[in-house]
Amino acid sequence: MLTSIKNNHLKYESQKLGMMYFRVAIILFGAQLLMGLIAAIQFMYPSFLYGVFDFSVARMVHINALVVWMLYAMIGSVYLMLPDETGIETVGIGLGKLAFWVLTAAVTVVVLVFIFIQIGSGTESSIWFINEGREYLEAPRWADIGIVVVVLIFYYNVFFTYMKGQRTGIMTVMVANLMALAGLYLAGMFFTDNISMDQYWWWWVIHLWVEATWEVFVGTLAAYALIKIIDAKREIVEMWLWIEVLMLFGSGILGLGHHYFWIGTPEYWWEIGALFSSLEPVPLVAMFVHVLYDWGKEQGANGERPVIKNGPAMAWLVTNAFGNFLGAGIWGFFHTLPQVNIYTHGTQFTAAHGHLAFFGAYATILIGMMYYGVQRAHGIEKMKATFKSKMAITLIVFGMLGMTVALTIAGYEQVLVERAELGAGWDAYFVAQALPWMKQAMGWRTVMGVVIFVGFVYLVWDLLTIGSKESKENN
Amino acid sequence: MAKSHSVWTSIRFWRQSAAWVTGFAVVLLILLTFDTMRQIKMGGKRVPAPTVINHHIDYKYSKKRGHEVPVIGKKELFFGKEWSPKEAAALLHKGKLTEQAKNCMDCHTLLGNGAYYAPDLTKAWLDPKWKDMQAMIGAKTREEAMAKFLQHPEMYPTHERRMPNLHITPEEAKALVAFLKHMSSIDTNGFPRGFSKTVKDFEAGGTYAH
Repeated sequence: MLTSIKNNHLKYESQKLGMMYFRVAIILFGAQLLMGLIAAIQFMYPSFLYGVFDFSVARMVHINALVVWMLYAMIGSVYLMLPDETGIETVGIGLGKLAFWVLTAAVTVVVLVFIFIQIGSGTESSIWFINEGREYLEAPRWADIGIVVVVLIFYYNVFFTYMKGQRTGIMTVMVANLMALAGLYLAGMFFTDNISMDQYWWWWVIHLWVEATWEVFVGTLAAYALIKIIDAKREIVEMWLWIEVLMLFGSGILGLGHHYFWIGTPEYWWEIGALFSSLEPVPLVAMFVHVLYDWGKEQGANGERPVIKNGPAMAWLVTNAFGNFLGAGIWGFFHTLPQVNIYTHGTQFTAAHGHLAFFGAYATILIGMMYYGVQRAHGIEKMKATFKSKMAITLIVFGMLGMTVALTIAGYEQVLVERAELGAGWDAYFVAQALPWMKQAMGWRTVMGVVIFVGFVYLVWDLLTIGSKESKENN
Repeated sequence: MAKSHSVWTSIRFWRQSAAWVTGFAVVLLILLTFDTMRQIKMGGKRVPAPTVINHHIDYKYSKKRGHEVPVIGKKELFFGKEWSPKEAAALLHKGKLTEQAKNCMDCHTLLGNGAYYAPDLTKAWLDPKWKDMQAMIGAKTREEAMAKFLQHPEMYPTHERRMPNLHITPEEAKALVAFLKHMSSIDTNGFPRGFSKTVKDFEAGGTYAH
């Protein structure tokens, strides 16, 4: 991936910019994993870095690095696909490049402040300059405004390129969805003394991102990738995409209600949240079927050996189909009904779901897009998986599944002992945390975290070398 | 030939259906949001006014609703005084700012949202643990115990996992306690269920009361 700076087969500046976004994304992905390891160790040995780099700091950087690397990889993917879909260079690409550097500088400052300053005093200036203290949206207000400006530039690039170039169905969905995705961020940019109100709008950003607009985004990426990697037919892929939009927004928008069971909001959200969020796995099944069906269909099309133009990208795409359904669909459905959620809400059960869903639904396909970017940057006709590609996907997937199982077991124990038996108070919490079952689960979680990290090292190594290796072989 | 095309494989049909369904969901969400805003505004039935800190708060089982609900009782002094609406609002404002600036949510959960490294704070004001803590800290009242603990949590460890010193000032601590007391008065539809109940409490009928 780094060598692609020198050895560049990309025709469009937009696609080169896409690769720049991927590079930062992978660095932030590494930071996310390191912070996760620190937090996991602190669960086992609470005195580890106590008072110096507390759990709250490690966890804050862990989840923010997650969101930001995914946004970077998403923006990178859009810049990569824009010229392919529209047939032209991205409009205002110079401004787009400037926005990249502004965003990267802002992210660096925010991370340094999180790591070295950590927290502020109880004043407005802390919210503006240090830490907003709202999970996932900890970035201080100045950075929020900066993000909005950068996103406006990005949207300007996408929208005017779409208007000027050829308008495919994939890009129509992309343009409409990105507007919703960007606009929703504004819902998280105000301060209120009312914690219920705070959480109500906070979920507009979090839920309507990860359970609606991000999912549609994944649908568009998968559609584009299937056309590029296995020559899937555009008419079929685009029809599926509209069906997915229908089902994802049809269930996901009102599925928001499953976050409104216990935050002070009225009881009618029980029924609305339960009904619509129960439907949320349906489109994920459809997406799963779509990817596998297209794959199978293209394989048997003319009785020849299937042509997969990018082995590792396709492997990650199929992992996405499984992972999205399993992590977001099944693990989400486990605890989406209020009758269950009253006990599971805010336990390790949620952590199990969160880890597998973010990985399965998003990390997988974005890694796939990075492999596709490398292939394009090196002008490789057909890119095969290397030993390192296989080690990376095997270790990361195995580690994620193992971690999810460990956290689910921890969650069961916490739900039954802390919540059902003792009722969620201070002592109830610590009784459950101190049981050997919890400790054992947390131990396995850490082990699995190390497995994922080793897989990540293979992944970076592979992304850095696969391009030049295979372009040499092809020559 | 066009007639033989099924509607089920028509891109136009699915595009229009997607637009209608999305539009319907968005309109319904907006309508429900207006109603929810009305119901959760500060000073309403579900989220009491900041002056609730001048009252005794309890969390009792309601047969009608099938879960516990906050019960706002008689007046009681908070940090030795009754707070005017303006003073109470200012204190709550400071408390919420402090809660965010100290990043409480990346260890604790509030209304069940946040991190899972420390206890949920939704009903922390009502936690029976404060009875023990009051004795350990040597405080006269619950609020005083909470404020002292928040300023120097490292001095009062209860478990291997300790809260770090977040350099919380006496004013910030007082404001945080007000924020926690106010949060315990919010009607959370029975979350957490059976709060800090023991089998003994359960058999005695009713949940936590003080």
